[in-house]
Amino acid sequence: MKVTMTINGNQVTGDVEPRLLLVHFLRDTVGLTGTHWGCDTSNCGACVVWLDGVPVKSCTTLAVMAEGHRVDTVEGLEVDGVLDPVQEGFMREHGLQCGFCTPGMMMTARWLLDHDPNPDQATIREAISGNLCRCTGYENIIRAVRWAADHPATEEASA
Amino acid sequence: MQVPAPFEYERATSVDHALALLERHGPESRLLAGGHSLLPMMKLRLARPETLIDINDLRDLDYIRIDGDSIAIGAMTRHASLLDSALLAEHYRIFADAERVIADPIVRNRGTIGGSLCQADPSEDLSAVCAALRAEAVIRSPGGSETIDMRTFHTGPYETVVTGTKMLVEIRVPIRTGIGSAYEKVERRAGDWAIAAAGAFIQLEEDTVSDVGIGLTAVGAPRFTCEAAEQLLRGHAPTPERLAASSEACRESCNPQSDQRGPVDYKRHLVGVLVERALTRALIRATGGSA
Repeated sequence: MKVTMTINGNQVTGDVEPRLLLVHFLRDTVGLTGTHWGCDTSNCGACVVWLDGVPVKSCTTLAVMAEGHRVDTVEGLEVDGVLDPVQEGFMREHGLQCGFCTPGMMMTARWLLDHDPNPDQATIREAISGNLCRCTGYENIIRAVRWAADHPATEEASA
Repeated sequence: MQVPAPFEYERATSVDHALALLERHGPESRLLAGGHSLLPMMKLRLARPETLIDINDLRDLDYIRIDGDSIAIGAMTRHASLLDSALLAEHYRIFADAERVIADPIVRNRGTIGGSLCQADPSEDLSAVCAALRAEAVIRSPGGSETIDMRTFHTGPYETVVTGTKMLVEIRVPIRTGIGSAYEKVERRAGDWAIAAAGAFIQLEEDTVSDVGIGLTAVGAPRFTCEAAEQLLRGHAPTPERLAASSEACRESCNPQSDQRGPVDYKRHLVGVLVERALTRALIRATGGSA
């Protein structure tokens, strides 16, 4: 069936089977491979995107459920070559090694900072508890999120 | 790659529309709420509905509000809203206790109370919460609406009274004064299903337990509760001995199965410990203490 949704501000249309998961629609139909397809069981969080501004696991969401809705993916974090502070933080604090969990981590972190600009360690840990990382031991990820909290985007950068 | 079997997709625009779609598509159709229980089961081909009726557009079923002498919770209320609700925190802290350990924050953004209850996993947490609180379920059908005791809601593992052209639309929890409530769960890892979990509320009048409710999950407790354990407390002073006797009754009456989460004797042991902890914390909260 035909679906139309707004992905990172752009209207996208596709013809899909109802059983197609949103993660595969994003990666295979639209070509946005930044969203990763991990455990397939809504545990690992590599596939986290925003649906109507709320983080969801796109491996447990049907593409047809997003029909008429707004989807934001990791590709939307950077604007005109300017990295989001969360991306900058992951780079500066070495918040990744293999990078597989990173898109989901960053989408969760961006949402956290949008709702709680100055989270403490415990809050960050709780917020990313639906995102698994097998490389970093989480310490650097928490530093990365803290870095982003300490360096919010300036007016000019986000304009 | 886990892919569900093919199905037809419909999107309901109202409760009446959802009921009409259920009627049109027959017994092999299922309502799709958050999808975080149903879609994983469909991926594993443990569920193969022929039609999914998406009810995520029914925003008017997403609410937590006072209605008369009850708190009314719309069936499409997300777990995240239950966790954050100031109204529930004021009356029933058992909800936040339980929600904090249901899956993870991202899953809680999507999963709903109605979906969780109707999926009726025998280890589901809100089933125990609703049993403990003696909540009611409001179920719509084309012919009208009925309200039933949540303790009669489940008819077996993954089976409830919400069949055919019926739809759970609301959960109602009676408002009680002078109470405390709490939920205790042990899981293998953060966000997992319970190995065992117990919830309770205690209502005090003077130094006597005027009412009490106990809920159990993941341990095969009939109707997700143990009425004998409640009887041991109701009308008595909540002494440590009474709480221990009540916990013991739960431990004996439940019927856990040995599985990858643990053997029967361990689960039974957990029930005793968790009921006692839940009762103790509920009691402290009932007397205005912090716990």
